Amino acid sequence: MSAARIKNAMIGFYVLLFFAWLFGPLVIMSASAFNATDFPTVTPWRGFTTEWFVELFSNRDIREGATTSLLIGLGVVLVSVPIGLAAAVLMTKLNSRARSIYYAIVVSPVLMPGVIIGVSTKVFWDRLGTATGASFSSFFFDGYFLTVMGQASFISAYCMLIFLARLQRFDRAQEEAALDLGASHVQVFLKILVPFLRPAIFSAAVLAFLTSFENYNTTVFTILPEKTLTTVLASKVRLGTDPSISALAFLIIAITILGAVAYEVKARAEARRTGAVG
Amino acid sequence: MNRLRLPTFGGLGATVGIVFSLLAAFWILMMILLPVSYMADFSFRYDLPPGKIGGPEDVHTLDNYRYLLFGPKGSPETLSILGFEFKANVLHLNVFFKTILAAVLVTIIDFCICYPVTYYMAQKAGGGTARLMAVCLILPFWVNEILRAFAFRILLGTGGVVNTTLMDLGLLSEPIDFIRLDIALYAGLSYAYILLMIFPLYNALESLDRNQIEAARDLGAPTWRIHWRVVMPHAKAGIASGCTMVFMLAVGALAMPQILGGPSNLWFTQVIYDRFNTSLNWPLGAAYAFVLLTTCILFVLLVMRLFRVNLGEIAK
Repeated sequence: MSAARIKNAMIGFYVLLFFAWLFGPLVIMSASAFNATDFPTVTPWRGFTTEWFVELFSNRDIREGATTSLLIGLGVVLVSVPIGLAAAVLMTKLNSRARSIYYAIVVSPVLMPGVIIGVSTKVFWDRLGTATGASFSSFFFDGYFLTVMGQASFISAYCMLIFLARLQRFDRAQEEAALDLGASHVQVFLKILVPFLRPAIFSAAVLAFLTSFENYNTTVFTILPEKTLTTVLASKVRLGTDPSISALAFLIIAITILGAVAYEVKARAEARRTGAVG
Repeated sequence: MNRLRLPTFGGLGATVGIVFSLLAAFWILMMILLPVSYMADFSFRYDLPPGKIGGPEDVHTLDNYRYLLFGPKGSPETLSILGFEFKANVLHLNVFFKTILAAVLVTIIDFCICYPVTYYMAQKAGGGTARLMAVCLILPFWVNEILRAFAFRILLGTGGVVNTTLMDLGLLSEPIDFIRLDIALYAGLSYAYILLMIFPLYNALESLDRNQIEAARDLGAPTWRIHWRVVMPHAKAGIASGCTMVFMLAVGALAMPQILGGPSNLWFTQVIYDRFNTSLNWPLGAAYAFVLLTTCILFVLLVMRLFRVNLGEIAK
């Protein structure tokens, strides 16, 4: 009995150690955002300051990079969500043999390293642009367009997986009933399928935007002369060390924690409501 | 009249069916199949100035692959194996094999770190605790990879928190260069992909009936054998899936090696990056990318063979 207790205490201690390892680096990085040293650290502690936040917001590269990332993120949402939805609905209409080939093709970008998606997108559109004799100001050579294409190739697959999970619970009888009552196919799609998929559309859009916003491996190849937040950050972190990056990290961590808490509260409220009804 | 349905598109109707098919076709052709095919084709071509592309000199060649193996023509570099001297591109081949080995190492480290935690989460912790643990696991994952690498720079740099603390305590007389020793890089990579190991493992371990463990224990099996013979075989697909994901992400990592790699240590993705951004030679870069892709596919096939699982179970 006591041996088992020692074993449980040990595993509990290990789990604590694991979470310390998980959060330690983030806590120290956040703390270094408030330290009045020229170098991001917490040892030695030179006193509390918020000057790094001021510096962060006055940095033009970071502001412009964030704007570019925002635009690309919106572009990816507009491309990936419709593609993911269409691909998921089509999948449910295929027979099982065609479905397994189709599935292998559309899921492959998820497993492919981001670097390779970046390289292949860059080479493909460049050669297509050269072959058609397009001018250098056309979309073939545009960093925004290429980045949306590259990122959307795998983000569409994430969206498709979200829609597939939701579609599994879809009752086809609703569709049949509407058609029998004289609704057109477009009406069935807009009045039945879209409302049913609305929560999935929302989660797919949020996931697509966040994934796009933090992508680096694909973007760094396709962005050409433009700069996104991640490419600006990477060059800053690589070149020198600047506590204003800690300030940015602190903001992102704070927003993430708030988001997680809000989500958790909402999920609990929902569980309580459905629990009360059931 | 509306009852007149076109038989095509499995009851989707013509308008919706055509729009959906066009969207999916654009995705599959223009964003997945053609780009990769073009990259593969491009890797078998010479590096030509734009004017000559499509001209008579634009023919297929194995030169780029020869370059990875043997280096530039007339290079004096050789590699000696069992006393035989081979002409070889020592630098790039070294980087390539070091990247693969390091990614395997990171995968093993992650499995060893995550297995006990996941087992605790799936089998010992109650529903509420497991849920809280899951939220805590996801939080760091939402922080950008570059910022996570930055956090490790703050911790492990020569003037970093770990070194200064150890020196203040009198345990070290001079700082350890964790970055040059690659310790920072391995720590950062293992840290970055923890979640992708834990989730598949959790899904597999959660479905294990606790009675099986009890039965093995009642029959007198020691703890290690319960794990080796009961728990791990049950979680086989989850282990295969987690290991594949971590390996693929580690081998394809770019930001972490750029930020945490030592000055003389390159990752294979950095060599590819250089072909496209500094020492411009796109076909060579495409060839290297194609080699990386082939390696990843071979790794997946190897895992499928070793663990006797299929692709659907890995990509779940």
